[in-house]
Amino acid sequence: MTYAFLQEYWWFLVSLLAGLFVFLTFVQGANTLIFSIGNTEAEREMVVNSTGRKWELTFTTLVTFGGAFFASFPLFYSTSFGGAYWVWMLILFSFVLQAVAYEFQSKPGNLFGTATYRRFLLLNGVCGPLLVGVAVGTFFHGAEFVVNHDAMGDGLVISTWTGAAHGLEAVLEPWNLVLGFAVVTLSRVLGALYLQNNINDDALQERLRRAVFANALPFLVFFIAFAVHLLTAAGWAVDAQGTVTMVPYKYLQNFLDMPLVLLLFLLGVVGVLAGIFLSVVKKTRCGIWPAGAGTTLTVLSLFLIAGWNSTCYYPSLTNAQSSLHLANSCSSEFTLYAMTLVSVLIPFVLAYIVWAWRSLDVPGITRQEMSQTEHKY
Amino acid sequence: MNELLFLSRFQFALTACYHWLFVPLTLGLGIVMSVMETLYVRSGDDFWKRTAQFWQKLFGINFAVGVATGIILEFEFGTNWSNYSWFVGDIFGAPLAIEGILAFFMESTFIALMFFGWGKISRKAHCTSTWLTVIGATISAWWILVANSWMQNPVGMEFNPATVRNEMLDFFAVAFSHTAIIKFAHTVLSGWMTGAAFVVAVSSWYLLRGRNLEMAKRSIKVAAIVGLIGSLGCMGAGDASGVDIARTQPMKLAAAEGLQKGSCEAPFSIVPGVEIPHMLSFLATHDFNGFVPGIEDITRLGYTSHQSEEVLSGEAKIAEGRLALEAFKRYRQLRQSDPEGAAQALADFNAHKAYFGYGYLENADALVPNVPIVYWSFRIMIAMGSFVVLIFLLALWLDYKKRLESSRLFHYGALLALPCVYLAGQCGWIVAEVGRQPWAIQGLLPVNAGLSSLAPTNVLATTLIFAVIFTALLAAEIRIMTRAIKDHQA
Repeated sequence: MTYAFLQEYWWFLVSLLAGLFVFLTFVQGANTLIFSIGNTEAEREMVVNSTGRKWELTFTTLVTFGGAFFASFPLFYSTSFGGAYWVWMLILFSFVLQAVAYEFQSKPGNLFGTATYRRFLLLNGVCGPLLVGVAVGTFFHGAEFVVNHDAMGDGLVISTWTGAAHGLEAVLEPWNLVLGFAVVTLSRVLGALYLQNNINDDALQERLRRAVFANALPFLVFFIAFAVHLLTAAGWAVDAQGTVTMVPYKYLQNFLDMPLVLLLFLLGVVGVLAGIFLSVVKKTRCGIWPAGAGTTLTVLSLFLIAGWNSTCYYPSLTNAQSSLHLANSCSSEFTLYAMTLVSVLIPFVLAYIVWAWRSLDVPGITRQEMSQTEHKY
Repeated sequence: MNELLFLSRFQFALTACYHWLFVPLTLGLGIVMSVMETLYVRSGDDFWKRTAQFWQKLFGINFAVGVATGIILEFEFGTNWSNYSWFVGDIFGAPLAIEGILAFFMESTFIALMFFGWGKISRKAHCTSTWLTVIGATISAWWILVANSWMQNPVGMEFNPATVRNEMLDFFAVAFSHTAIIKFAHTVLSGWMTGAAFVVAVSSWYLLRGRNLEMAKRSIKVAAIVGLIGSLGCMGAGDASGVDIARTQPMKLAAAEGLQKGSCEAPFSIVPGVEIPHMLSFLATHDFNGFVPGIEDITRLGYTSHQSEEVLSGEAKIAEGRLALEAFKRYRQLRQSDPEGAAQALADFNAHKAYFGYGYLENADALVPNVPIVYWSFRIMIAMGSFVVLIFLLALWLDYKKRLESSRLFHYGALLALPCVYLAGQCGWIVAEVGRQPWAIQGLLPVNAGLSSLAPTNVLATTLIFAVIFTALLAAEIRIMTRAIKDHQA
């Protein structure tokens, strides 16, 4: 295993985690539907309990994404987290509120009332995917920072943000927002598809199907706009000497240079469309599976064209030579190698997650179960 | 201390202290409830099922806030400690990533099965899920404590001036260092004490109220056994930790004892003015005449350690550090333009690099942490911890004598043990973390060189938001917990 291979392998794993995370934001998407889909308390309770059995997976994937990024590309961690401070902090605040909202929302003595905790879920459902989309948008559109390793000699900070807004400026960049809204609407589509699959309730099914359709339309508008923009946009490339230059149609070129990644992207898009089709047209309840797999593949492929093929995955708008690419931001060869050995356990982890998921979901959630069981949120 | 440094440290301390309110209960209560569910599976007695489910309900309430406060800590390394993240990310990031892959998924998957799997999976599979939840939490503790231990005693790496960071050379030295093993044992077993003290306290409250008597008595017995095992292990690891700290962080030990001048007959200070002769020497070196350096030895005088090593004074180390820093700067300036000059600069750097981190310090006084805080935290930890051990012993004695239900003095003592065990845990971390100041990484990177480039107002704002959110969540958690305890009918 060469150093370059290890870097690409870890970028693949980080990208896969990102893809799985966006798939798992069906939890967030479904939570934005609590009040619009659930007309009665029994219906809202079913929605909360349905996502409540999965939220920790989404949360854990986010944490692991952070940990894996830190371990494999620490310069990104120190540059983006310390620089785009407010975007990351706001994402964290929303996930903190979500984490307690499930457990506390229906418990006696919870101080703030059930509705408040459910609003926390709604807040996280909107802000989480939106801000994650904005943060990922900066992978393509760049950010204002400078990296200077010599600063350590004077005890100064190596990665400095040159804008005073510390990440809030990313929210004002229109294309970042387009991606953000694409993620929000996608998560709502996935949320509705997931609930269709997970809740056995006739009254909810039709409303969920309408929700899939209503959110699929704006999602497609945002997604197509972003895809067209990305494929016509210039990107930052790095040569063998480490010099960074801007290249027209860089991301389109990456797809053409890496046909397998293009195939992943196309399969992903078809999967998402198939999921929507199965729900809206065929009126089945299994749309979450192709849509979920499609989301994972699409996000994975977008991350791969952001980082593979000598591309700067975190371009600096202040000084192009400060841009981050795999080689200048990764951990040492030894660390990447050691972690690669640990990563062989990932299929085992995935296997027990699938087993647990199936064990909990086999009967599906019903009104009857909710009214009879004590083991619910 | 500059404002940004103060606020960044304050925020980290705040979030870490809050996190540590919830984690020890997860670790300890997890063991107690798992033992109870095992008793249910083995005996088939529904009593143990109901009892395990009650404690699992309380576990869940606490677990949620633990998760919420934990995510902040991970990301704070990047947001508030940008230089730190790059300077040691090559070593420090790996345990965090492994923690996510190996531990967090285990916890989050099996806790869902534990709560919602009743009746959906077999009894044995459910019991296994319960155990795997707490095992996942414990493995998680392992990796984060590996990371923390590496900050206290950095091993298995080397500084690379070309990349301006420390790079890992030996994964096993990092993952299984002596310091990590001791810290893991001391910390996790203190969690067992916390969980056990919680169960004993809640059960004693029931006994005081004359309610849920059978559940309370049998819960106390299980918890006291777990608590006592935890206490013995915690004390053993604490003793080993003393020797380890004396070797790797002598200033922390000197601060914890308020020891100004070193001695071969160093006394242990119980409180100011009350001392046990030779005791500190023994605790630090396991030799009643072992040399323990004091603050002045470490800062100005230099000394010969118990292991017969000549140790430079802090002042001399700072002088060396400045030479290393100067050579490092020269190397960075010349490495592109003047290979020969760069090679010379590198040779100069290598001659002094052992003290590189000291070059960032203003003077030797900066090496001294806040002595009163460390001194008193240490004593409070020991006093509170000892009281909790006494309660466990008393519980088992009264159970043996069949007087558990009637001894009201014990019930009140058990209630008092609950705040005591939390105070002990918090004080333990204060000793560990305040005691190692000014170092983020012992001897390598002082906190002032590890910061992000942020206006202090940003950190102040997020600190206030954290303080408000966490305090509100803590209040809600305590209220939900007390209500759940009050309403429970066994």
